[in-house]
Amino acid sequence: MIYREAGDFKTSYRDDSQTFPIRLDRWGYYAILAVAFGIIPFVINDYWANAVLVPFLIYAIAAMGLNILTGYAGQVSLGTGGFMAVGAYAVYKLMTAFPDVSIAIHVLLAGLITAAVGVLFGLPSLRIKGFYLAVATLAAQFFLVWLFNKVPWFYNYSASGQITAPTRTVFDQAVTGPAASAPAKYLVCLVFAFALAWLARNLTRGSLGRKWMAIRDMDIAAEIIGVNPLRAKLSAFAVSSFFVGIAGALLFAVYLGAAEVGEAFGINKSFLVLFMIIIGGLGSIFGSFAGAAFLVLLPVLLKNTLVGTLGWPTDLAAHIELMIVGALIVTFLIVEPHGLARLWRLAKDKLRLWPFPH
Amino acid sequence: MKLTLAALATTMMVATPALADLIVPNMSYRTGPYAANGIPYADGFADYFTLLNERDGGIGGQLVQVPECETAYNTEKGVECYESLRTQNPLVLNPLSTGITYQLIPRISQDGIPLYTPGYGRTSAKDGSVFEWVFNAPANYWDGASVAVKHILEQEGGDLSGKKIALVYHNSAYGKEPIRTLEELSEKHGFELNLLPVDAPGQEQKSQWLQIRRDRPDYVIMYAWGVMNQVAIQEAVNIRFPMDKFIGIWWSGSENDVRAAGAGADGYKALTFHGVGRDYPLYDDLQQYVYDAGKAAGAGDQAGSVLYSRGAYAALVIAEAIAKAQELAGTPEITPAQMRDGFEALEITAERMAELGLPDFGAPIALSCQNHGGDGLARVQQWNAGEGSWSLITDFIEPDAEILDPLVQEDSAAYAAEAGLTARCN
Repeated sequence: MIYREAGDFKTSYRDDSQTFPIRLDRWGYYAILAVAFGIIPFVINDYWANAVLVPFLIYAIAAMGLNILTGYAGQVSLGTGGFMAVGAYAVYKLMTAFPDVSIAIHVLLAGLITAAVGVLFGLPSLRIKGFYLAVATLAAQFFLVWLFNKVPWFYNYSASGQITAPTRTVFDQAVTGPAASAPAKYLVCLVFAFALAWLARNLTRGSLGRKWMAIRDMDIAAEIIGVNPLRAKLSAFAVSSFFVGIAGALLFAVYLGAAEVGEAFGINKSFLVLFMIIIGGLGSIFGSFAGAAFLVLLPVLLKNTLVGTLGWPTDLAAHIELMIVGALIVTFLIVEPHGLARLWRLAKDKLRLWPFPH
Repeated sequence: MKLTLAALATTMMVATPALADLIVPNMSYRTGPYAANGIPYADGFADYFTLLNERDGGIGGQLVQVPECETAYNTEKGVECYESLRTQNPLVLNPLSTGITYQLIPRISQDGIPLYTPGYGRTSAKDGSVFEWVFNAPANYWDGASVAVKHILEQEGGDLSGKKIALVYHNSAYGKEPIRTLEELSEKHGFELNLLPVDAPGQEQKSQWLQIRRDRPDYVIMYAWGVMNQVAIQEAVNIRFPMDKFIGIWWSGSENDVRAAGAGADGYKALTFHGVGRDYPLYDDLQQYVYDAGKAAGAGDQAGSVLYSRGAYAALVIAEAIAKAQELAGTPEITPAQMRDGFEALEITAERMAELGLPDFGAPIALSCQNHGGDGLARVQQWNAGEGSWSLITDFIEPDAEILDPLVQEDSAAYAAEAGLTARCN
């Protein structure tokens, strides 16, 4: 009744092909942006920034990156943690080598460095597919973690192998280090998440995204109709690694502040991001955000409910939390194998007919 | 999503405790790969404060609240715990994780909350002129490395030239900490040092022990934690490495670590900076006020174990520092800054330990503005598999200050330069 296309007339092709063709969707999108940029920065406190919103935005960026590679281009990757480590160590080397440059530029450069590394490790994808490619990217994961542990140059020869983010600024506002304020951290992550989501959405709607999807659906057919698999696959690896590198750089510099490669960027991280896109929905930008929200926010919510409100022992709560999240994952995958994004789409389809379904 | 956020907001508001009490959070890990070690420590820590509350009515008439937060030894959960505990205005934090400690040092320095990391964390935090808010008495990783080498020297009649010592370590900040010290020591004493890293969590270490079998080092020093301890000791038994030449740091010397290897682990040595077992008068009080009253933390089955004792010891040092801070501030309701002053003026003598019901349990501790790490004394304990108990085989051994002091100076100066700090305590 409210949510419908009827009466929403488009008079130009531009209008017709916009990202949110339905008026209510568009309004919702603007409303979320207004709240995210206009209200939250003024009310956010340290707990909300550091424990909830900053990790959510950073994981959403990582999930978008992996979604481009796995969801849109169909190349399975288990190397996300390793590529995040490249971003983190790149930004660390840059921010300690050039302390006066804005951290935003360093994060972008770290993304570009990760893109280059991603292309390098994407080369085997031209020969191998599916599970075999997953194993090749798994090798990248282990190799990169080993490399950052082994070569002291990457961690500036510190005795413990830890990297620690010093205070760096954007427009004279501290964003990294202990002096960074909650709104500054949140806004920097939000700007990156928003800009990258906008980029991802438009890339996947354009010719490049169509090439990726053609490769994903059937690579031989795609090649026959003129898609160059070399370019399509490597561009998917480059763009995906760019996103993942930025996520890794922000994870280390803004969120954690100090990191150790084996613990922060191990194989568990690769699986976590992979689960995010499977639960959120392969081949969907919304799904990347939904999956990140599910796996980042739900444990925090459960912890606060079980320990904070109900006063349960922490160990019991931690175990129950694992069981609840696990059970929800299994339930979701049985009820809707295409993830939260598909549920969202179904809900919208039903809403269009409501209250008079056929 | 919005509903989620709203629910989160309400739960956070409910979780704030009464303001008047002393808040000493217990950042524990009762789940995950390190739970076997985290549980006894957390129980000991909580039980000691329960005893003070039940027997003495708290410290200086103020009850001590010990809110628990589960970190699972994971740095991201550690951040979440820190942020949620910080809203409760804690006096001191004890994260029991070197990774989380490294992450918290800049934050607590900014927020002005003392961090107490007994036997772990950043070694150079011993230098109070740079690390204003961090305390790591009574001993740190470098002290441990030096004490282990001194014990080996004693065994070998004072000469280590031409000997081979292997270091099996957890490939993380924790395990890498002693390498610098051992390198310096190997230069001084002329032994050859082999480094054998094991990736976390440490279930797979066949190749490292194969290497040990091939190279035949005279001694093996181990810096491990959690499941890596049990696997390493089992592997050492499998290659028939002589157990009395295998020395673990204090984090590799709990009952959980050796029991799995059965009789083969007999004679395994580990360092410790406190006594073990229930043979202390304190346990009579614990029995009366805590265990019999049904107020023991966790399952209540850890009393007297090595890590339980260590948790209780950490709580004891914190409680003494609180009492000192109350005395200095002249009020029982102290702030974190007054808590820091209390730590810096802390003095626990052997008589005081006896008074507390733990005679000859830990070495005397005396801290100052410069010295946040104490004297670093540690002793060696040996596992008796037949009786299933640890026995102390040496007295407290002093670490080699000649080697350690310049290293601490160097590392803390590097931190000060990186963080733009000027030395205090002048």
